[in-house]
This record gives sequence, structure tokens and C-alpha cells, in this order.
Amino acid sequence: MSAAPTTMTGPDPSAPGALAARVERLLAEAPSPGVDGGVPFRAAQFEAGLAWVSFPVGHGGLGLPPGHQLVVDRLLRDAGVEPANLRNPIGYGNVAPVLAAYGTDEQRRRYLRACFTTEDIWCQLMSEPGAGSDVAGIATTARRDGTGWLLRGQKVWTSLAHVARWGLAVVRTDQDKPKHAGLTCFVVDMHAPGVEVRPLRMLNGKADFNEVFLDDVPVADDNRVGEVGGGWQVVRSNLDGERAAFGAEGDEPDPGEDLLAWWARAGVDDPVLTDRVMAAVIRSRAARLTAERTQRGAAGGAVHPAIVKLLSSEAKQHTLEVALDAQGVAGTLYAPDGYALEQPVRVGIMQGDPAARYLRVQALTIEGGTSAVLRNVLADAVLGLPREPRFDTGIGWREIPRNAGEYERKVRGR
Amino acid sequence: MPEAGPAEHELLRQSVRDFATNTSPEAEVRRLMATPHGFDREVWSVMASQLGLQGMAIPERYGGAGFGWTELAIVFEEFGRALLCAPYFATVALAVPALLASDDEDTKQRHLPAIASGELVATVAWRANAADEVTARGTSGDGYELHGRRSHVIDGCIAGLLLVPALGPEGPGIFAVEGGAPGLSHETRPTLDETRKQAEIVFDGCPARRLEPAGDGAAMLARVERLAAVALACEQVGGAQHCLDDAVDYARDRMQFGRPIGSFQAVRHRCADMLLDVESARSVAACAVELAPDGPQFGTAAHMAKAYCSEAFVRVAAANIQVHGGIGITWDHSAHLYLKRAKSSQLLFGNPQQHRAALAALVRSAA
Repeated sequence: MSAAPTTMTGPDPSAPGALAARVERLLAEAPSPGVDGGVPFRAAQFEAGLAWVSFPVGHGGLGLPPGHQLVVDRLLRDAGVEPANLRNPIGYGNVAPVLAAYGTDEQRRRYLRACFTTEDIWCQLMSEPGAGSDVAGIATTARRDGTGWLLRGQKVWTSLAHVARWGLAVVRTDQDKPKHAGLTCFVVDMHAPGVEVRPLRMLNGKADFNEVFLDDVPVADDNRVGEVGGGWQVVRSNLDGERAAFGAEGDEPDPGEDLLAWWARAGVDDPVLTDRVMAAVIRSRAARLTAERTQRGAAGGAVHPAIVKLLSSEAKQHTLEVALDAQGVAGTLYAPDGYALEQPVRVGIMQGDPAARYLRVQALTIEGGTSAVLRNVLADAVLGLPREPRFDTGIGWREIPRNAGEYERKVRGR
Repeated sequence: MPEAGPAEHELLRQSVRDFATNTSPEAEVRRLMATPHGFDREVWSVMASQLGLQGMAIPERYGGAGFGWTELAIVFEEFGRALLCAPYFATVALAVPALLASDDEDTKQRHLPAIASGELVATVAWRANAADEVTARGTSGDGYELHGRRSHVIDGCIAGLLLVPALGPEGPGIFAVEGGAPGLSHETRPTLDETRKQAEIVFDGCPARRLEPAGDGAAMLARVERLAAVALACEQVGGAQHCLDDAVDYARDRMQFGRPIGSFQAVRHRCADMLLDVESARSVAACAVELAPDGPQFGTAAHMAKAYCSEAFVRVAAANIQVHGGIGITWDHSAHLYLKRAKSSQLLFGNPQQHRAALAALVRSAA
């Protein structure tokens, strides 16, 4: 090693091995991950810059390329540490990168640490009944109220809203501008007056998601993230993060590996079933290998996040289809407690029996961008194909035809 | 082994691509595929003397460059993309690994430098089906003679050296036969994919030399077959990439109903599906290449790669025809050449179902 000056944080963390040494030191010196739900350990991890290594020093990072986080995650997983993104997936994977990129220093100081320690759970208030695939069609408004804002409208598909301390909302601050130009982001206090969270029960009986009603919810201007009218940019970067996270390693058992382990344990000798199992296992592996390329960054042959999301979600559906078929007639039964309403605080697809998983994965090609929309994204962004004619640009948002919600009222009886 | 980093690999890719573009434009592919031997000996020589591609993964002590599968994978991908007509797969993916897997120094010294210099075309007369029986009998002295037939020998008519997996007195092994050996007869077979020639070969008491395996004979055979599978997977990625590029170019260009057809969602989504196939196939092939030839789990990765990339290439090549519509089903358009390559390389060296069964067997034996 040369005599290059070292900082308080030790030798150049991008040097090979230096990151691993930091993790070793964290594991040796931090409070045990088993204490107090892991909060003190994660606080130490944040201080060590190992929360999001790509974030600036002092904000949980070391200013390294994002791919380096994999090194940290793997070492911690091997040491049996539960990852922060299991408890606070939206906060960790979606909100924090937005705050790092668009937030003020004050906002980063205020929110990142507790987000990582999971003391503050986050949700994001983005989709609406009338703005699903067309997420820029958001109709929830924010209007000025003195120095602050009042938010009014309805959000939907809000994971973890029922336990969230904060929500990152995208709302319309100007109804006369074209749809993409009138959006702004805010941090919403989920305990504020006017916030109402209702569980949204899904086809599997569980309520993984919520509806959030905002009835003139006050938000201070220092909780605005980015410029007024700059919300679309935030949404875009957020969606990319979300799509990339879908194929990421580590959070839960990979359905393909799980199916393979089941096949080996069960001693399947039916060659047709074996062929179907292997095909699903290979497809799963293909999705995972492609996600890993992207996590390794440009040198690793990174691909567009929509590729990762499509491959991963469709491979999981394929895999769970085979897994349920493999149960034979036993696959017609459901969990012992049937479809009793539950509100899980962790979003995982590998919980429950194969039937429950099978139902859960149906959502994967809808949440975080439908497969149809993502194929369009690829056609535009990667293949450079000419765009479809569209009818919602170049005019003010007010002028764009939109649903009035009759269909939803009919289905849901209200 | 010499070290090469990403920059060197990019240079290699570019020079192989330039070589393929210059020597194997579509007109040349069509000319060569209509000839009985299906390659241009001049181009083969230049490939060796100027780029050293045949000797890429041959150790330096045998006249090669001493690189490995990471570099070979680039060449196979680029040749697959250009449908380059040459016995490169037979010689480099089949014969070289078979020779390298042996402890027979004399045979290696004799043949590997000749392969590296472009003088010798070689192949492995693999066992393509149950009727493909060849047995090796010991003769007086330490020689053998081969009896039997092989029905799908890649470039079997032009090979100066045939390596023949066969059952000998010592068990399964690989036997070397000279191209002009007495008792050897071969017949060119008409092939679905005219860019890759096949021969039926009959061995009627051909003199042969047994390649002493480095380990046991069966393991040596398995290794050769797995490497063949991985080389084909790399070719398939290159071919699929060509088909995707071709389809996208056409979809941007072709006007119907007053719009480029690439602005219709039905066409856009088909192209996006092709992209998913290409990128995921690339990931699976790269994983196998990374582990080749002796890494842990190489067998698993090789079976996965051949099963997955085969199907991906067939889907993409077929989709390319559909995107092209009428022009895509004509003889004059190149789309059918890629479909034929895709389908035929899917069925060679184990079809996807066989590779999935082999994967299952590996998992079971490891459990």
C-alpha cells in the first residue's frame, strides 16, 4: 500500500478488499443485530457508510458505484444479518434513492437515517384509481395554503401505508400545464390530520396494499422534494429503481431455487413434470443472472431495468404455475385459515403454501409497471422504435379525457 | 494463460466482427452454403494467420495463443451473428477440447499446431443417436481399428482428423482417425441448415489411435459435449442478436397505414419479447462461459445454456420472419437462413429436453 493520506473513514473504500474490511469491522464493533430489532446495528451500519454505499459520505454512503452494495449485502447476509430492505422495502429501495438524488441536505439529514434503521417505515403515494399504467395522469392535487400546501385526493396500491410513518407523494400542483409538467413531490406525514388508510383486499384474501385518502392534508413547503413541477423526473427515477429491485437477490428464497429443492426432495420421477420443473428453474436462473448483470453495473453488461422486471416477474409466474401443478389435487386446497383477511407488514411472494404463492405472483406483472407498459418502455428506450400516436400530450391536463370511476364503483359496490 | 481485460475483449470483438463482415457478407454465405464443402480455404488460412482464431484457446506450447473460453465465446457469438461458413465450430469447439482433454502428448504435438496454423480441419464424430454405434478393437501392436458409423458428423467430409468417441477394450474413449484413412467412407448429407455441413461416416476397420484420457474416458466425453453445447449457445446468442437487430430495423422502416409498423403495439411488443430472449440468453450463456471448462457447476450451467439459448434463438428467428411479413418468407431474404441455423443448432448436441433431463440427473446425483 502506498503512503497516500487516509481520512477518518480509513483507506480508500473502493480499493479491493477495503469494503469487505469495513463490513468485518462493523460486524466486530457494532451492537449485535439481534438487539432491539436490529435498530442499533443498522444505525452503526448507516454511520459506517454501508447503508447505501453509493450515497454521499455522511448520508449512509461512501460515494461508491451502486454495484458495490452487493458486496456489503452478501457479506452481511452470510453473517446472518436481516437486510433493512426486508422491513422497509419502499423506504430503502424507492424513497431513499429519490431523497439522495433530489432531496435537500436538510431532508436527507431528517429522513435517511431513520429510514435505514427501519424506525420509520415509508410508503409511496403514487398510483391512483385513474392513474395506473398512465401514472402521469395523477389527479390528487396540492394547493397553496399560506407558506405550505394542502393535499387532496385518493391514492391506491400503497404498500405498507398502514404501518408507514412517512409517505412520498406525487401530486398535481398545476392542472393547466401538460400532464407531465404539473406534478410535484412531497413527503407526507402519515399521522397528519386528513390521512385515512384503508386495507385493500386482494385476490388471495390478504391486504398487501392499501388505499390512502387525503382530505386537505397539510404539508410544509420544506417537505417538498425537488422543484414545483419537477415531480415527473422523480417518478421516472423511482420507477426504474423499483423495477430493478424486482429481480434483486437476497430478500427471499428464489422461487426457481425453491422449486428445484422441492423437486429434489420429493424424488419426482415423472419425466414430463421433471421437464417442466427444469424449464422453470432455468428460466428463473436466466432472470436472476440478468438481474445480477445489472447490479454489477455497466462493466457487468447492465441492461435496462424494465428487462430485469419483465424477466423476473414472468419467470416467477411460470415457476409458481409449475409448483402448484406439481401438487396435483392437493393444489386445490388453500391455507388452513382460508382467505381470512390479513395485513402483512412484509411484502413477500414466498410466504404460504404453493396456492397462496401462485395467487400472489399474479400481481407481479401488474405492480411496478404492467408487462404491457414495460414492453412499450423497451420498444422506446432500448429498441428506438417509433412511438405510438398519443392523444394526451401538448394539451393541458384538464383537457385530457379520463375515467370518472364508474367501473370501480360498480365492482366495489360503492 | 495470458491475461485479457474488458478493453482487450472489446478489441477482439471488433476485429472478429470486422473480419466476419468483410469475409462473410450475405452473398458469400449464400455462395458457400451452395458448395459441397461449405467453406473458403483461403479465408480459413487468413483467419489463422492474421487473427489466430483457430488457436485462440490452444496453449502456447502447441502453437496457440493460450486464451480461454471467455475469448472463444466472443468469436462464436460473432460468427453466429454473421452465419460465417467455416469448420470453426467442428475444429475449435469439438476437436480442440477433445485433444486437450487427452494426455496423449504425441497426438497433441502433431495436430494442435496444425490446427492453430490453419492447415488442419478437424472434427469430433459424435454419437448423435442410438444407431450411431462405433466399436474400437485392438490390433496387433498398440493400434486399434474402428467399426461402425456416425450419422451426423459436422464437417465430416472435409476434416483431416476425425476424433471418434467409441467403446474400446478399455471402456469409453476417444480415437483419432486420419481423414484419408483406409476403411473410411463419408457422404455429405443434405442439411436443413446449409451453412453447416454434415456427413455420414462409415468406419470399416479404419486404423485409429486411442487418445489417452487425462482422467476417465467417460468424463472426458462429457466435458467435450458440454463445451460443444456452450459454444453453440454462444453462437445462438449472436444469431439471435442479429435477428433482433434485423427485425427492429425493418419495423422502423416499413410503412403501412401511414405509419412505420414499429409504432404498432403488436409489433413493438413482439420486438420487446425478442429483446428479452436475447438478453436473458446472453446472461445464461455468459454464466456457462465463466465456468468453462472446469469450474464448479460447469455441467449445470452448460445444460442450462444449451436448453435456454436454443429455444430463445428459435423464438427470435421465427419472430423476425413474422415482423418482416411477406418479404420474410422469401428465399431472397436472409431471415430463413437464421431460422434454419436456429432450429438445427437447437437439435444438435442435445435438444433442450435432453439437456433439461441431463440437468435433472446432475441435480439428483448431487443431492
